[in-house]
This record gives sequence, structure tokens and C-alpha cells, in this order.
Amino acid sequence: MSILKTEQVSVGYQQHLILKALSIQIPKGQITTLIGPNGSGKSTLIRTIARLLKPASGTVLFNGQNLAEQNSKALAQSMAVLPQTGELMSDLTVTDLVAFGRIPYRKPLMPLSANDQRKIDWAIERTGLVGFENRFISTLSGGQRQRAWIAMALAQDTEILILDEPTTYLDLTHQLEIMLLIQDLNQNEGRTIIMALHDLNHAARFSDQLIALKDGQLQVSGSVQEVMTQTNLRQIFNIDATLVEHDGRPLILTYDRWNGAETDE
Amino acid sequence: MLGITLVLGICLGAATVPLQTVWQTLVDYHASSLTQAIVHTIRLPRVLGAALIGASLAGSGVIMQDLTHNPLADSGLLGINAGAGLLLTVSFIFFPKMGPGGTALFSFTGALFAALLVVAISRTKKGSQTTTVVLAGMAISSCLVALSEGLALVMQLKQDLAFWHFGGVAAINWAQLSGLGPWLVCGLLISLLLAPQLHLLQLGDELVLSLGRKTGWIRLIGFGCVVILAGASVALVGSVGFIGLMIPHIARFLVGPDTRKVMPISLLLGAS
Repeated sequence: MSILKTEQVSVGYQQHLILKALSIQIPKGQITTLIGPNGSGKSTLIRTIARLLKPASGTVLFNGQNLAEQNSKALAQSMAVLPQTGELMSDLTVTDLVAFGRIPYRKPLMPLSANDQRKIDWAIERTGLVGFENRFISTLSGGQRQRAWIAMALAQDTEILILDEPTTYLDLTHQLEIMLLIQDLNQNEGRTIIMALHDLNHAARFSDQLIALKDGQLQVSGSVQEVMTQTNLRQIFNIDATLVEHDGRPLILTYDRWNGAETDE
Repeated sequence: MLGITLVLGICLGAATVPLQTVWQTLVDYHASSLTQAIVHTIRLPRVLGAALIGASLAGSGVIMQDLTHNPLADSGLLGINAGAGLLLTVSFIFFPKMGPGGTALFSFTGALFAALLVVAISRTKKGSQTTTVVLAGMAISSCLVALSEGLALVMQLKQDLAFWHFGGVAAINWAQLSGLGPWLVCGLLISLLLAPQLHLLQLGDELVLSLGRKTGWIRLIGFGCVVILAGASVALVGSVGFIGLMIPHIARFLVGPDTRKVMPISLLLGAS
């Protein structure tokens, strides 16, 4: 069953459409990963299904209902979004940042409830930031900073978690940690994950479904095995990949430029 | 600290007033006593006005810095005070007999006009950069000051108006304070209530939206607050610079960057 769905969604201006009549489905309780080259519209799609961008035409459906017509606060209790590396205008402590995740549950001017505090503590614990609660974000390493932002999204305690390149700027170890955390949130808590990733091997290893975009259009979507094929990778990325199988999933061993493209400039 | 500066402000001056007299004035006022009269009609309104205005300028500084994400934002630097000043000049030329209520209206209009200019500039592509906004604000400010000075010169109002350009609390009396004070108090209360929302703006509009809040009304209220606070301040004491710029930074130095703490501390510091 699909929890989120786009129907012929176009985003951008008449002359310059970033997404072109895109129809995709996000199954509930699964990890769906968007792949595609830079500028293919991954981030735009993520922001559109998270209602941060309004489609120029077409509709986004959440649980079968038009996203645009739903209460923004109620939506914020169902889906958390982490746009590409958040930026703060001024410095905050980890706890303060994570506490923002409770905004959808709070009335203006009311203090944090015991439940709010519990969720904040839980999010900090899940992201391994215990002991860093009172550290300022600016004093954290890249990996810790990224985890603090994820903790904010976690504190929102939502059924759907939407992440735009959650592992950018991280080293191998921290990338893996984030991916394992995401996997755990999906497998043990049944949360629906939608994310954009550049690392195709991570995408293959951790996803249930892949959606490949190119030039704002759907190139191919389906299970990892269906999408991660040599032919598809040529079409999407113009690369010639050497694929092997590992743990029943495709793995890119190495890749090279593909010279068979029709438009080889 | 606020308490001490208030008391010092009332006691010290050309004629030193003992604390006891100040107390007597407050609880049991006799117009016949000269020192009590000084305290009542001159010192008290000045000190109260100065405290209110200090708080207002600091508050509008905090709001503007958060709204524009610009650490250099300040009603003086961005021309809002000058806008209020220009319309005040106009009001003195055409309606010299107007009461504090009317002057306030003109002052607000001027502040609003200048604030809209700043907003328009910061909406442009280049304007999103800190330096552009500040430079544009300074240019607007100079233009408006020049305009109001020119007007004053032509209309031979120079003497009466000079005071507005330099700023000072010497002219505050009870009549003005009762006319404009309520505006300031309202503006200050709203700023305090708005602080948690301003704090939220640090996340950037997109993330605030993803948390289910709308930034539009936060900006609108903040904007209105700035216009009222700056407008009323200018109508009372003229263009006093620097407080709005510096106080929020001093407050941040003291309590960290959290707007929820910066706002009240700034108001207190400004008042002192």
C-alpha cells in the first residue's frame, strides 16, 4: 500500500520545469531511495512530497488525500523532513535543536511537556549523542552535527521520515552508522523512510525500493534488483558498472564512463 | 541593575535630590515643594521614557536581527528611524499644533515606509547578502535625513528639529509619555511573546514549515513591532542609534544566542 503518491506532478516554471509530470508511489513501512545524477530533481521531489514546494500542476497524495489540503501541523506529526544539511542562523545547543522537533505537538508559549522531554531524550540516545546535550552545534564534528539534525527529525516522532542525502560530508564509519540507524528505525519501528542518496551501494544495500530520476523524469523504479542493472545504470548515470552480487543484492565493484551513449559529446 | 540606573537617573542631575524626597514624590506628591516638582515633572518622565525607549530600541534590534538573519540590522542603521524622522518633520511643517497622538501616527507611517523599503531590498537577489542590506539601509537613512533636513531648512524649522536628529530625552514630558508610552509597552509585550517564534526562525523558513508552523505571520507581527517600537521611540526622543545594534549582541554575549533568553535580557539592558 502506498502512503505517499505523486500524480503527474510538475514543479518549476513553464520555461524551466524541474520535475516533469512525475508519478511515483512510496510504499508504507519500506525504505525508498531516490537515485539519480546531480540536478535530476531528487531534492525537488523530496521537498515536494514534504509539502515544502507546491507543484505547478499535478497532486501529491498522502494516505489518499491531497497533501495541499491537509493541515500543516497535523502533517508535521506524520512526516519529518531533513533537507540537505540544515543550517542554523546562530548557534544552538544539541538539546535546543532537538527540541525544535517537538514544535508540531506544542502550543505557542507552552513549556515542554514530560512527553516532549522523553522524546527528546530518546532521539538523543538513538543518535548516540548522549553526553553532548549541552554542546553547541558549532563545536561538533560533521558526523555529530548530522546526527543532531537527524535527532531533531526523530524527536518529531513521525510515521514517515524524509531525508535528503543524510550521509553527505560524512566519513565511511559515520555514513554506515547513519544508514544502520535508518535501517533500524525502519525494521524495528516500522517507519517509512524516503531518502535521496548518491552512494549507489548504500542505496542497494539498505533500500526496499529504488526510484531513479533523470532530468526531472522517472527513469525506472522498482526493487533494488530490478533497478540496479547495467543497462539502467548506463541510462541513468552514463556509467558502465561492473556489478556483482553480495548478500543477495547487487553491488557495484567498479565503474567507468560509458561510451555507448547516443549523445556522446 | 535597571532599578539602580532608574534611581540614579532620578536622583542625580543639576540639582541632587535625596532618595527620601524621590520616595515622597512617588507616594505623596506635593507640587509646592520645588525638588518634588523637579522629580515629578522633569526627572520621572525622562527616566521612565529613557528606560522604555532603551528597551524598545533594543527589542526592535533583536527582532530585526532575527527577521533579516542579519547581525547588523538595527532600526537606525536600516533607515527606519530616519523614515520616522522625515514624516515627523513633515508633520511639524504642516501641522505644528498636533498632539502626541498625531505625531505618533506620522512617525509610525514614516517608520513603516522605510521598513517596507528595507524589506523590498532584502527580497531582491543581491539584497539577501548582509552587507547589501546594511549599505542600502545606510543609503536610505542618509537620503531620508537629508530630505528632512532640507525640508526643515527651507521651512525655517531648523531649530525645532535639530533635536530630532541628535536625539535626547530632555523633551520628554508626561503628556508625550502618556500618549506614546502605551504603544511602547504594547510593542514590548508583543516582542516578549514573539521571542520563542523568532527563535524558531533560526531554522530557516523551509524547516519551520516542515514543523507545521508558518513564518509569514511571525514576520508580519515582528515587522509591525519594529515599526511601532522604532516609530514611537523616534517620536519621543529622536533618532538614537547604536542601542538597537549593540544591546542584542551584548545580551547574546551574556546568555548565548537563544532568542528566548536574548529578548528579555536585551529589554532590561536597553532600559538600563
